[in-house]
Amino acid sequence: MPLVRDGKAVADGWTTVADDAALPADAPVIVSFARWRAERAVLEQRNAPLGLGLKNTDAVEEVGPEIHRFGLVALNFPKFSDGRAYSQARLLRERYGFKGDLRATGQVLPDQLIHMLRAGFDSFDTADARVLQQWSKSVAAYHAFYQPIGRLRPTLDNLRREEARPAAAD
Amino acid sequence: MYAYDRHDRMFVHARVEQFRDQAARRLKGELSEDEFKPLRLQNGLYLQLHAYMLRVAIPYGTLDARQMRQLALIARRHDRGFGHFTTRQNIQFNWIKLEEAADALHLLAEVDMHAIQTSGNCIRNVTADAWAGVAPDEIEDPRIWSEIIRQWSTNHPEFSFLPRKFKIAVTGSPADRAAVKVHDIGLRMHRNAAGETGFEVIVGGGLGRTPIIGTTLKDWLPKRDLLSYLEATLRVYNRYGRRDNIYKARIKILVHELGPEKMRDEVEVEFQTIRDGALALPAETIAEIAAHFAPPRYAKQPGFAPAHETLRRTSPGYRRWVETNVVPHREPGYAIVHFSLKPEGGVPGDATAEQMEAVADLAEKHSLGEIRVTHTQNLVLPHVAVEDLPAVWRAAEAVGFATPNLDLVTDIIACPGLDYCSLANARSIPVAQRITRRFADLGRVHEIGPLSIKISGCINACGHHHIGAIGILGVDKQGEEFYQITLGGNAGPEARLGDLLGPAVSADRVVDTVEAVVEAYLAIRAPGEDFLATYARLGLAPFKERAYAPR
Repeated sequence: MPLVRDGKAVADGWTTVADDAALPADAPVIVSFARWRAERAVLEQRNAPLGLGLKNTDAVEEVGPEIHRFGLVALNFPKFSDGRAYSQARLLRERYGFKGDLRATGQVLPDQLIHMLRAGFDSFDTADARVLQQWSKSVAAYHAFYQPIGRLRPTLDNLRREEARPAAAD
Repeated sequence: MYAYDRHDRMFVHARVEQFRDQAARRLKGELSEDEFKPLRLQNGLYLQLHAYMLRVAIPYGTLDARQMRQLALIARRHDRGFGHFTTRQNIQFNWIKLEEAADALHLLAEVDMHAIQTSGNCIRNVTADAWAGVAPDEIEDPRIWSEIIRQWSTNHPEFSFLPRKFKIAVTGSPADRAAVKVHDIGLRMHRNAAGETGFEVIVGGGLGRTPIIGTTLKDWLPKRDLLSYLEATLRVYNRYGRRDNIYKARIKILVHELGPEKMRDEVEVEFQTIRDGALALPAETIAEIAAHFAPPRYAKQPGFAPAHETLRRTSPGYRRWVETNVVPHREPGYAIVHFSLKPEGGVPGDATAEQMEAVADLAEKHSLGEIRVTHTQNLVLPHVAVEDLPAVWRAAEAVGFATPNLDLVTDIIACPGLDYCSLANARSIPVAQRITRRFADLGRVHEIGPLSIKISGCINACGHHHIGAIGILGVDKQGEEFYQITLGGNAGPEARLGDLLGPAVSADRVVDTVEAVVEAYLAIRAPGEDFLATYARLGLAPFKERAYAPR
């Protein structure tokens, strides 16, 4: 699938493997939550990066404490108007400290990029050419946000406080 | 009032330009209607029967004279010279062209206003007591908290695609003038045993097709934890609220299906995990927002107001207006003045551009530049010196806003109904107009006393019919407009939903039926008893008997 990251089309080194398909040797794979639970021992013995694909109804709490085992987590937007994966993304980033690649799959549209980036996503699995076309405009739309949460700071409040601080003596 | 600085301004202007680009892409066909719909809704643009409607946020119902003049300008330039104040303290323009929408939003941004999140499945404009900051019974100004919530909820990265819309209301007084029990979240400020002010958090109230009085999830929440608790509640809702059926997607259904105990536990676990995080409110931040709402400098008034006293003795019309539309202010020598947007035969909540400008002038001259919008679709001048009341009355008379009917039978709430709305089954506005004509005699209106009539043109209940002392709901019967009538609804601290009077009546019969109910009340009330008290004492039967009696 075409992949977008940091405003560029990039090659996707990951392969999503169906639950009943054989695992390729030594290639980075994304498996479902169900498969990971069922075949955990085998999966962790593999000598290649492991990715996890979650449905937006999967409980991130169940996998959260072990999320560092994964190089990538893919969260799904079955429809762009279904916002459950935003909560999953923030929980993985902010509560469980996930540092790997957080990927958005499903209906990824240009006008939701800003929310997704702020919620913690960094790569976008989408064939929609508009995502790439709109990227820089979307990311630059706001100079700051009100909430002190998520990524893409600063907050309006941070900016105010910086401006109010007296200039350094030197 | 909250005053924008450079950063707030940059933010709302950025939002306008973002929408301008989105609308342009829609017009060029680069965005489908499906993709564009939530974007326009979250910028206040709603597709109605004849045109786009623009719903402008008036945060917690507070605006200044300059902003009101700009609304008049938008009414002239982009609408047909009028606007409609709504039950959520917003204003709606009914005749907007998509090509011009961003220009109208730009005019708003010029005066520090916006239409952000006035529609769509997101956290909507926060509402509050229209008497905030001036009510004698107030514990704390709810606008401080409404503004803090406005900022937290604006363009929230997690909660912009909720299962359904989400409405929050705040009251800082024991007398609930914000209907907090029928909101997705209602916040009621009160003091705990130690004397500290905090919030009762009421979740899952709402009207619509499944009217429910909200459940208290937390009796007393410290101020510093307000946003953490809201975030926890919204997160539980975003993750677990139903998305399979639009009619079961509000948080009230989640509360109902989980049960209050389980809901409380889910929210509590999430809250305890995040309460000391980035959303904990430092006292410093609260103080900075609160400073925006510090009481204005009132000029000291003499103990005696001669112009007011004289006119009160000599003019019965003035006396009646003062007794009905003017209420006490916390500052001695001042009053809270209501402008009724419910004249005989008028459209409830409508104001022309000229009327808006007249109100702006009066606010500047007599109310320290401030105006409020009530959830009953009227306007308020919150700081009028008692000695200025005669001048304000004459000016209100001249623009048609002096009908002395606040909270009386002709102070009707009505949704836009089938005259504008694509969801409606029946018209609301003409019913309201006919009722105000039937009760045109002010003597009779005052004889009847406090009585709220609320009209909705469909089951979505935008006219709040469930909480009207008399509620009227438009239904469709084989292509004809019929109206169901409910009695005994109430929005205040003793909130309750109305009971169905009986079979729906035809459009021809609806005003007669309302009148019969009112006549029944007059016949059976005890001395000094208002409509709701009589209803509570005697129940539906005596009303039903008279309402359906052959005439």
